[in-house]
Order: sequence, then C-alpha cells, then structure tokens
Amino acid sequence: MSSQWIAVIVTSVLCYGIKFIGHAIPEIWLAHPRVQRITNLIPIVLLSALVAMQAFTTKTKFVVDHRLAGITVAIVALTAKLPFPVVVVGAMATSAIVYRLKI
Amino acid sequence: MSVKRDSLSVGLAVGAAGVAFGAVAVADHFSVAQACFLSFVLFSGASQFSLVAVMSSGGSPLSAIITGTFLGGRNGLYGVRMAQILKLKGIKRALAAQITIDESTGVAIAQTDPDDQKTAFWYTGIGVFFFWNLFTLLGALGAKAIGDTSAWGLDVASPAIFCAVLYPRLKERKFLISALLAFIWALSITELVPAGVPIISTVFIAAIVGWN
Repeated sequence: MSSQWIAVIVTSVLCYGIKFIGHAIPEIWLAHPRVQRITNLIPIVLLSALVAMQAFTTKTKFVVDHRLAGITVAIVALTAKLPFPVVVVGAMATSAIVYRLKI
Repeated sequence: MSVKRDSLSVGLAVGAAGVAFGAVAVADHFSVAQACFLSFVLFSGASQFSLVAVMSSGGSPLSAIITGTFLGGRNGLYGVRMAQILKLKGIKRALAAQITIDESTGVAIAQTDPDDQKTAFWYTGIGVFFFWNLFTLLGALGAKAIGDTSAWGLDVASPAIFCAVLYPRLKERKFLISALLAFIWALSITELVPAGVPIISTVFIAAIVGWN
C-alpha cells in the first residue's frame, strides 16, 4: 500500500475516533456547573479562532488580503440583520471582486 | 422554517468549497479515490487540507497523520457539547459523531430552542456531508477547469459562515469576551506554532472565562 493511502486511512480512522469519544464521554462527568460553563464556551473560542485563521493567515503566516473585504461585508450584513444567504454570498462576491481587481 | 433553510444554506455553501479540496488534492498528486475517501471517512475540512498539504510539501506520512489528527481534535470537543444537546445512543450516536464538525456544531449552538438545536445539527451536518462529498468528486475530476478558488470567493465562504453562526451568541458578555480573546490569541501565535495549535489552544480561554 502506498504511503499516501496509509496516511489517508490512519488519519481518517483517528479523526472518527476523536469525534466518537467526544460523544461517548459519560454525562455524569459533565454535570458540574463549571464544566457546563466551560463546555458551552469551547465551541465559541474554537470557531472564533478558526475565523481568525481562515480569514487572516496563509500557511500559518499572518496575512491581510482580499478576504478582509469579504469578512467586513459579512459583519456589516449581520449588523444590518440581513438574511444568512445574503451574508455569505455578499462576502464571497466582495472577496472575489477585490481579488480579481488585485486591490 | 428558517432553521432548516439556514442549515441547508450552510450545507450548500460549505459543501461547495469541497470543490477546492478535490481540486487541491488532485493538484497535489493524490488520486480521485483518495480525495473522495478523505471527504467521506475523515470528513473534516481542515484535517483533509492539512494532510494533503503536509505530504505534498514533502512531509512524512507520520507528520501528515499527526497534523491531520491534531486539527481534528476540536471535533471531539464539539462532540462533548453536542452529546449534551442530542442525548443519543447506539447507531444514531455513531452517525452523529461523523457529522460533528465546525458547521453542524456552530449552527446548532446559534439556536436557543433545544428542538431547533437538534434540527440545525442534523440538517447542517447531513447537508454539508452530502454537498462536500459531491463537490469533492467534481473538484477532483475538474481540477484544472476551476482554476483559482479565491477568484470565486470560496476562500471566504467558511469564515463568513462562522461569523454568522457566532454573531447571535455574542450578545452575551462572556461569549463576546471569549470570542475576542480567542481571535486575538490565535493570530498572535500563528507564526510561532504548528498549524492547528492556535485554534485548539484557545480551550484555555474557555476554561478561564468559564471558571466562575
């Protein structure tokens, strides 16, 4: 088997295992109010950091480029309470236009 | 109604970015079958991209496995949160685990009603899964036809979606503070640590803010 297939299969199996373990942790371990507060916050911090990485880095380097225009439009659309598809399509179109114009 | 509509919009928009994965994987000398296998079985965008990137830049299979698995680590934390909401057993839990990713968790926690949270999780998770796999195949087959994914705004679809799912939660003070700290922290250390660490390390911010 090629080394590529080994990496593909092993990583896939490990990543599924991680997902499953999260679901299978006994509820009793998570009943404490402090644990509840922290597990409520975990998706928030992870997703916020993910936005930072996806919008402002390229291969772990800090970069400000066309994506900033897209994210700005998304945030303006959100504060204006526009529907979700408008937020996403508006961000994508803006980012694509800025990228193509090479601003 | 709008929960299902929003969930399926996320499924389509994020799933369409599977074109980028399929195209990148084939451009980096992975086969169409390997690209599709990753989208079907691994099913976690960041892990998939990192695995392909590490190996195509000359990294060993072991380093690709470690990076990919590390980036998949946050899905386990999402699983902890989603299990509390979904309360599943057996085969349903096994299926829910597979679609426990950024998007399904994000759209679920953006809802306030418990039934809406469950609906959002399943509709978003299955929607992303379906379109991500479909578009991975199309991207892998048509790698050269698409060209530059930035020219189509595909690189900003995902962060824009996460802004939208986070936004309604940020009215709560502790959530807003945590989100801002995590954002700043991740960007501050990104050039100093391996890929994945800036994201997963923000768990300590959740622990500090949530302590009391």
